[in-house]
Amino acid sequence: MPQLFDSQLHFKLYKEMLRIRIVENSIAEHYGEQEMRCPVHLSIGQEAAEAGACAALERRDYVLSGHRSHGHYLAKGGNLKAMMAEIYGKATGCAGGKGGSMHLVDIDAGFLGAAPIVGSTIPIAAGVAFASQMRDEDRVVMVFLGDGATETGVFYESVNFAALKNLPIVFLVENNFYSVYSPMDVRQKGDHRIIDIARAHGVEAHQADGNDLDLVYQISSKAVNKARAGGGPSLLEFITYRWREHCGHGYDNDIGYRTEAEFLSWKERDPVAAYERKLIARGLATQHEMDLMANELKQEAEEAIAYAKQGPWPELDTLSSQVYAN
Amino acid sequence: MNRQLKFFEAIREATDQAMERDPAVYIVGLGVPDPKGIFGTTLGLQEKYGTTRVQDMPLSENAMTGVALGSALVGMRPIITHQRVDFALVAMEQMVNQAAKWHYMFGGKAKVPMVVRMIIGRGWGQGPQHSQSLQAWFAHIPGLKVVMPTTAHDAKGLLAAAIEDNNPVVFIEHRWLHNISDEVPEEYYTVPLGSARVMREGNDVTIVGTSYMALEAVRAAERLRADDVSAEVIDLRTIRPWDVETVLGSVRKTGRLVVTDTASAAFGVSAEIVATVLECEFASMKTAPVRIALPDHPCPTSPALSNHYYPRADHIVRGVQRMMGIEPTTDMPAMTPHQKLDVPDPSFKGPF
Ligand SMILES: Cc1ncc(C[n+]2csc(CCOP(=O)(O)OP(=O)(O)O)c2C)c(N)n1
Ligand SMILES: [Mg+2]
Repeated sequence: MPQLFDSQLHFKLYKEMLRIRIVENSIAEHYGEQEMRCPVHLSIGQEAAEAGACAALERRDYVLSGHRSHGHYLAKGGNLKAMMAEIYGKATGCAGGKGGSMHLVDIDAGFLGAAPIVGSTIPIAAGVAFASQMRDEDRVVMVFLGDGATETGVFYESVNFAALKNLPIVFLVENNFYSVYSPMDVRQKGDHRIIDIARAHGVEAHQADGNDLDLVYQISSKAVNKARAGGGPSLLEFITYRWREHCGHGYDNDIGYRTEAEFLSWKERDPVAAYERKLIARGLATQHEMDLMANELKQEAEEAIAYAKQGPWPELDTLSSQVYAN
Repeated sequence: MNRQLKFFEAIREATDQAMERDPAVYIVGLGVPDPKGIFGTTLGLQEKYGTTRVQDMPLSENAMTGVALGSALVGMRPIITHQRVDFALVAMEQMVNQAAKWHYMFGGKAKVPMVVRMIIGRGWGQGPQHSQSLQAWFAHIPGLKVVMPTTAHDAKGLLAAAIEDNNPVVFIEHRWLHNISDEVPEEYYTVPLGSARVMREGNDVTIVGTSYMALEAVRAAERLRADDVSAEVIDLRTIRPWDVETVLGSVRKTGRLVVTDTASAAFGVSAEIVATVLECEFASMKTAPVRIALPDHPCPTSPALSNHYYPRADHIVRGVQRMMGIEPTTDMPAMTPHQKLDVPDPSFKGPF
């Protein structure tokens, strides 16, 4: 494990986070062309939690996610071009066009899959951890979920099972205060409910600022190391905020479920800008270096979009294939 | 009066009038009071009836279905909504083991008057987990009733009837119907559960359609006139109990049956209708029945694939032509990925 305050590590963390931001922004820019014909749930605003948590994992570790999974897929090392092609419904997509944005997968990168039925990948992730433990494989599983997903029955059941079996799993909750347009106060009671559920099951749990990249990385690393060492599951709740509309590429602060002022206050806590200030203040990077990186990443994202657009459509015979495995 | 209302507005009006008439009626579901109001179907209700009778809920469909059931046992009349059929699947236990059987297994001592609204997604890459049409699952369970309105008129009357019914009723709305207008009376009325509607009379073939496919059937019937085929179109409206008599009566007249369903043919509603007609009316049949329904695999996301997943009026026309030995007059229109078959109309811009 690299040293936390190693400047290279800082730069790597920053790059992962910025990459998610730039890729998601590129999707937002192109979505209006109506060529990405599937729902997209962008994670702009939540990148620090996603990049910081995944940076704590090894390549051989596993990640599962839900509907808002682009950032998790990318941070775990998922193939960008295959993701874009999947969103464009192309044969070159990571699921051959069968799944779209809500069903990303990159087995080689350890991104075992994302599925948008809220809560449903939580027990599946526990099952992956169960197998890792049974086979003594030393692989850790991280499952990403939202605050809304902690209201599902399978969440409680999975936390209980993970605790019971001391599974090598990290439940990674990105709490962005909303489930679609429903605020916390119509769904949950108490500011510590989520970590308290974990603790009540004997699972170590922490709540922290999800927009603080270094903090997310530190806390996640501890949880991952603990799981790898046989210390069992953890639940980490990172507080963050989704900038764009729940589903789609626009903004929805005007429709009435949250205020522009609230959004702006979170925009001030932009995890990317905050980290840039930090890197400069500590002399770990110059504005010029960061601009170069941003340009490179933007080019990479646009190349991936071009690749996706140019890719072939799936062959018609794949329509009915792969229902059963051979 | 000729007042036109969209399907989604008709749903809202039925809910509103039922709530006005009966204080026991309440509605709960993810996003019910939010600014989008379940595709507009619940807009304004919380302002009118307050936060007790119009509620959002935790993301806990299984528990909340039980909560609705429990409240129904002691006199409430809940409506619980799901923005997709697929999301309701996590509540199958409560619906199938509990709600469906509660009346029976306690010897008729208790009733479960509840409505479970769910929406079938289609288009814009809804894909394998946001577009399933599972009416047959629910219809397979004695104790549940299953309703699938096609027109705004019937959406209003059937929802009102479902709310009045003393049993758990699964009320399935097709996303592509929500914005279609129809003449809808202003006053409260019910359309009885279990009655089909003849949308168009004809003598040569009976086409039974469910939900959105009933509209495709009407389009097909229109086109079949060019072949001198007079098609009778029946909108089934209720899946369970279904209107056996109306369908049998029509088949006695036409001797030919096409069933078109929004779900897959295998083990589906279309299979049940065909089987029943053959059992009861075999002697009237001039030819084997035809099913026009979804193929036997999940729905893909890519438009290049989903364009070929959903049958349309063309397929119904083809089916009728085949069963009547008519040379297909035109080729099936080519389907390219660039054809925007994944939207009901140009105003639909995704993403949900
Ligand atoms: C079982 C189920 N119910 C409802 C939905 C519709 N839905 C999709 S995302 C979502 C909100 C989830 O909120 P949260 O877990 O906090 O994730 P976020 O969108 O905030 O990232 C809902 C209700 C669903 N996909 N699955
Ligand atoms: Mg959330």
